[in-house]
Amino acid sequence: MNSLIIRRNLAESIKRLKLSQRTLCTDAAAKVSSSNGAQPGNGRVAQPNFANKSNPYDIAIVGGGMVGMALACSLAKMPLTKHLKVAIIDSNPAVSNGLSIKKEDPPDPRVSTVTPSTISLFKDIGAWKYVEQNRHAYFDQMQVWDYTGLGYTRYDARDVHKDSLGCVVENKVLHSSLLSCMQNTDFQKTIYPSRLSTMTLQPRNLSMGVGSTSSGLNEQGNLAKLDLIDGNSLYAKLVVGADGSKSRVRELAGFKTTGWSYSQNAIICTVEHSVENRCAWQRFLPAGPIALLPIGDNFSNIVWTMKPKEAADRKLKAEDEFVKDVNYALDYGFGPHPMSSTSGGGGIFSLFTNANLSANDCFKVPPKVLKLASERMVFPLSLMHANNYASKHVVLIGDAAHTVHPLAGQGVNLGFGDAFALSRIISEGIAVGTDIAEVSLLKKYEAERKSANVTMMAILDGFQKAYSVDFGPLNVIRAAAFNGAQYFPPLKRSIISYASGDQRLPIFS
Amino acid sequence: MAVALKLLKQLRAPHTSSTILHRNLSPRLSSIHSATRLFSDSPPPTEPLPAPPPLNPHSPSPSSLNQYELAKFAAVAETWWDSEGPFKPLHMLNPTRLAFIRSTLCRHFGKDPLSPKPFEGLKFIDVGCGGGILSEPLARMGATVTGVDAVEKNINIARVHADLDPVTSRIDYQCTTAEKLVEEQKNFDAVFALEVIEHVADPTEFCKSLSTLTVPGGATVVSTINRSMRAYAAAIVAAEYILHWLPKGTHQYSSFLTPEELALILERASISVQEMAGIEYNPLTGRWSLSDDVSVNFIAYGTKTVTSSL
Repeated sequence: MNSLIIRRNLAESIKRLKLSQRTLCTDAAAKVSSSNGAQPGNGRVAQPNFANKSNPYDIAIVGGGMVGMALACSLAKMPLTKHLKVAIIDSNPAVSNGLSIKKEDPPDPRVSTVTPSTISLFKDIGAWKYVEQNRHAYFDQMQVWDYTGLGYTRYDARDVHKDSLGCVVENKVLHSSLLSCMQNTDFQKTIYPSRLSTMTLQPRNLSMGVGSTSSGLNEQGNLAKLDLIDGNSLYAKLVVGADGSKSRVRELAGFKTTGWSYSQNAIICTVEHSVENRCAWQRFLPAGPIALLPIGDNFSNIVWTMKPKEAADRKLKAEDEFVKDVNYALDYGFGPHPMSSTSGGGGIFSLFTNANLSANDCFKVPPKVLKLASERMVFPLSLMHANNYASKHVVLIGDAAHTVHPLAGQGVNLGFGDAFALSRIISEGIAVGTDIAEVSLLKKYEAERKSANVTMMAILDGFQKAYSVDFGPLNVIRAAAFNGAQYFPPLKRSIISYASGDQRLPIFS
Repeated sequence: MAVALKLLKQLRAPHTSSTILHRNLSPRLSSIHSATRLFSDSPPPTEPLPAPPPLNPHSPSPSSLNQYELAKFAAVAETWWDSEGPFKPLHMLNPTRLAFIRSTLCRHFGKDPLSPKPFEGLKFIDVGCGGGILSEPLARMGATVTGVDAVEKNINIARVHADLDPVTSRIDYQCTTAEKLVEEQKNFDAVFALEVIEHVADPTEFCKSLSTLTVPGGATVVSTINRSMRAYAAAIVAAEYILHWLPKGTHQYSSFLTPEELALILERASISVQEMAGIEYNPLTGRWSLSDDVSVNFIAYGTKTVTSSL
């Protein structure tokens, strides 16, 4: 409590001080609060009546998950946004108290494949060093193939002169890294350990204020009021919905969505091998793809898509039966292994083939799974896209704006892309004195992210559709597409770049 | 920028050449200008950097504003803050011209460009503030802002809108003119007249007022539309008649000033133009950006010469 009062008083006095003294005083404030040692966990937890109408927040982030915290960290790090007063609303105790991760625990099945571009954004805000302190697995190879035995593609980071194609990280590691990163800033944030109940966005009509009733508009007209389920309420200029695919913010703000469910479920679990896996594997099966992602040590993560009925059955199967199924799905059934062009299967694509196709480019068999290392979780698959991401006072980021097929582990990268784009656009707006809740500013974010997200969603959805049919000629076309990607180097390079998070369309780069 | 700087160098040459330039311009100007335009009628300067005119409370016309222009704006004042309304181009243009202001004035006043409020402690005036589209961002950037407009309705709009945010509610809006403030002997660290000079009756007198309002060593920023065929096509034919961005009759082609003319009349009013940039619209992306091309919209920043005293 003491530290809170001191910080508030200091904050007010800082405002009165001249620019030159500003940084010094902020440092002092940080020292005062940390020397008191009373700071609980990851920052201040809201006190009732702390933020009233006359003292509103600049930004209220609803949802302190990976994407919400990435936004908060990014805002905290940029010179033009670090002064903003931010509220984070999340009932997850980890957001208030931090998250402790034991390295010896087996990996959590909820993992994300972060692309090199996400990694560089994490490095920019200083969060990647915390990821590296925990379990993570870079992979420099990727093999995608097809059950028909007709086509395969193998990617190597060296093809695009990169060290890795990405890194597989447990979601809890990403989350805790962002929380640790946030803890080490003097950002003015308040955490509300609750959930959003209602939101009031006072519509503003200027013409009514003109003339006789010019007092008809008051200061609150420019704020959004958030009521929480614990009875607290707060005011903010801008509300960011980072509250996931079932976003309450999206619902309350009335954003419409487009989407469909795939009538497919994914089984997610952690498995153990006898050797370390350094490659991301994905095999397309008639019922859906199975992916085997390295997660560090001898562990891998499985994302296996299938019909809901099958998923329910497999979840209940005995462990050794399930492991047998996984190994079968990764290697057996349906025909021979795809042949590499060195043994003469290239056809017309051999025209483009590099003469020096390395041994790494040859088809390989994924490592055998020895045993299950976590529980099996089942998630339904769906695609959802909000028709708009922004309106006056409200903006959506991450899964609140779009959920995708988890096919290439791109979902969270799109969300991080949203978070960093939004913080950059807010910063650009502040540079030129724009009101951060101004629709025209938020629409800039929407325009930038919508095109990136829709493109990725269309590609993933296309993959999904292409593989949900088992039909002879289509199989050949798919295989041709794979072979094209494998043997035509420019296409291969642009696919890898795109999958690594470069915002360019494949082929047209 | 290179083009603009070259022009400026020419303009800063000894006064004989600037007089020649002016004389060369005059026949062309008088052939285009309507009778209300006084630019070519103003006497050539007797000195390269003339002292600003002494305060003259008995001036026959208290305002350089054209009465017709005034009435036109009262009619559309209500829609100032509708970013999709008649002032849409101004809303779109605003971040671009503010980017120019931020970079030039941070350098001018030696302020930290990474500060969210770099203009803290500085007194700015926005002449012809309209609904406050420029005043509000300047206030958010830390400046102590006075916004003036000759149209009462604009000032009402501006006040109502500024009250929505505590930061902007500190803006001092006044229904007055630059000339009246000169009479009141007010002065400011920086004076802004953006997209205003093309609507005043006498740009020369107007620039003198802007100069008098600027403290010696202070900054003056003026933006307007060039008098070029491209500007005519863009600002009148396209913006008013084809795209309907602006109400028809918003602009009079003959009231436009070329960058050379603007630099010249500012120079005569003791404001030495330091930088000029074009503000360009890309119809494909729908975005405005700063460029070297001053052939349509342009913005100029100058410093008030310290040697001239009031």
